[in-house]
Amino acid sequence: MEKQKQVITNRVAFLDKKVPFYTSFLGIAGILILWEIISRIGIVSPLFLPAPSNIIITGWEMFVSGEIYGNLTASLYRIVLGYAIGATFGILIGLILGFFKVADAIGTPIVYSIYPIPKIALLPLFILWLGIGELSKVTIIALGVFFPVVINTFSGVKSVDPMLIKAAVTFGSNRINVIRKVILPGSLPMIFAGLKLAAGTSLLLLVSAEMIAAQEGIGSMVLHYGNLMITSKLMVGVLILSLLGLIFNRGLRWLENKLIPWKE
Amino acid sequence: MSIVIEDVGKIFIDSKKKEVTALKNINFTIQEEEFVVLVGPSGCGKSTLLNIVGGLMSPTSGSVYFEEIEENPNLGIVFQEIALFPWRTVFENVVYGLQEKGASKKEQQEIGNHYIDMVGLSDFKNAYPKQLSGGMKQRAGIARALAVEPDLLLMDEPFSALDAQTRTLMQEELLTIWNRTKLSTLYVTHNIEEAVYLADRVIVLSRHPGQIKQIINIDLPKTGRNDEKYRLQSSKYADEIWQLIRHDAEEALKE
Repeated sequence: MEKQKQVITNRVAFLDKKVPFYTSFLGIAGILILWEIISRIGIVSPLFLPAPSNIIITGWEMFVSGEIYGNLTASLYRIVLGYAIGATFGILIGLILGFFKVADAIGTPIVYSIYPIPKIALLPLFILWLGIGELSKVTIIALGVFFPVVINTFSGVKSVDPMLIKAAVTFGSNRINVIRKVILPGSLPMIFAGLKLAAGTSLLLLVSAEMIAAQEGIGSMVLHYGNLMITSKLMVGVLILSLLGLIFNRGLRWLENKLIPWKE
Repeated sequence: MSIVIEDVGKIFIDSKKKEVTALKNINFTIQEEEFVVLVGPSGCGKSTLLNIVGGLMSPTSGSVYFEEIEENPNLGIVFQEIALFPWRTVFENVVYGLQEKGASKKEQQEIGNHYIDMVGLSDFKNAYPKQLSGGMKQRAGIARALAVEPDLLLMDEPFSALDAQTRTLMQEELLTIWNRTKLSTLYVTHNIEEAVYLADRVIVLSRHPGQIKQIINIDLPKTGRNDEKYRLQSSKYADEIWQLIRHDAEEALKE
């Protein structure tokens, strides 16, 4: 056989392959265009699936009439307040449960026995206790946020490297400073994982609670137009909710990058 | 001032509820400005001893105390795991002990910069640990321990995670720094050459139980032990220590 030159090429080049940035928009744009076409040529009745352009126009009209504003502020009030309360208590109690052995022994079984209850099942009870007003809705959101946050904070505290605690004590920290300067920053990545998980839960509980017991709010708006079979207005509500979720998530991610610049 | 380790013993209870003697009858004194190296095979309890001296573990028997000291002793520890706070920059890590002592901002700046400069990290003052190489991280760890101006500096295999080249350079740097600060030091290592290179006195530990096998004075000048003229003596010391440890090290391998 004749001897010849054989060049060795990188056979795993596909691992490093770069995709142009606009590719990520292609899928969404494709679906929207297809959707528009299907609606325009009347394959599906607009009663069931209004065209994207139609939804945008309806949304603009609802925005101008002030309908969106009223419902959105009602919803935002509930979710912001409920989320803030739930997150604050979740972090606080998670730190306490994680750091103090007695609190852990007493509190953790309580947390884990309430945790599996689907929180929305408690709404009738809260309405009974707290009335049909804002308080019962804010409470249920706070409760839904509390659990993922408390459990993540707890395991965050547990995952702090004991070496770092030893180092802090060696260089003169008392127990309060160990919590403040080591445990809290050390569990921050896990706390944020909990906060992100809770963002989805809070949105779900908001909409469910509003559908069950509210005159105002995006959830009740969606249900209302569903009952009236005004699909385009219903879709506007859904669109707002998805934007809300997106903004919520992005906001948390922004905050995370601000607060945890040291993360690997 | 001197640090006395008196009759220190440590017994662990293992998972089968059996008593394991990790340390037994440990007696020695670290003099002012003395560099003492603990060396022994793995499992001889040298890290346990360092933890007891550092106040991170209580001995089962015996005690550790400072003699002829005016105020509460300051300890600086350099950890094998480095243990820099990842959320603090190099500067913030180095001045941690000063902050906890309530030093003023100005003091923190002065002392912090001084020691950061000493370990050659001035350009990385504001970097986070994740941005540093292994050698740089340990330099920051050393600066943090030096910044509290400790009465006793403890070092637990500080360079064992570094590659051989970096380790050699760090050992040289450590000697340079030590010559400027002259801190009483207890240094733990399993590396015999390192022990001979750094120590005024080498304490050789045996295992099962961890006991002092021999204490060897290294009668060589503190600097330049790598020079040609001391190489023969250095390797004689190293060989002597290796003969003491060899049997135990072989036993350790079988476990």
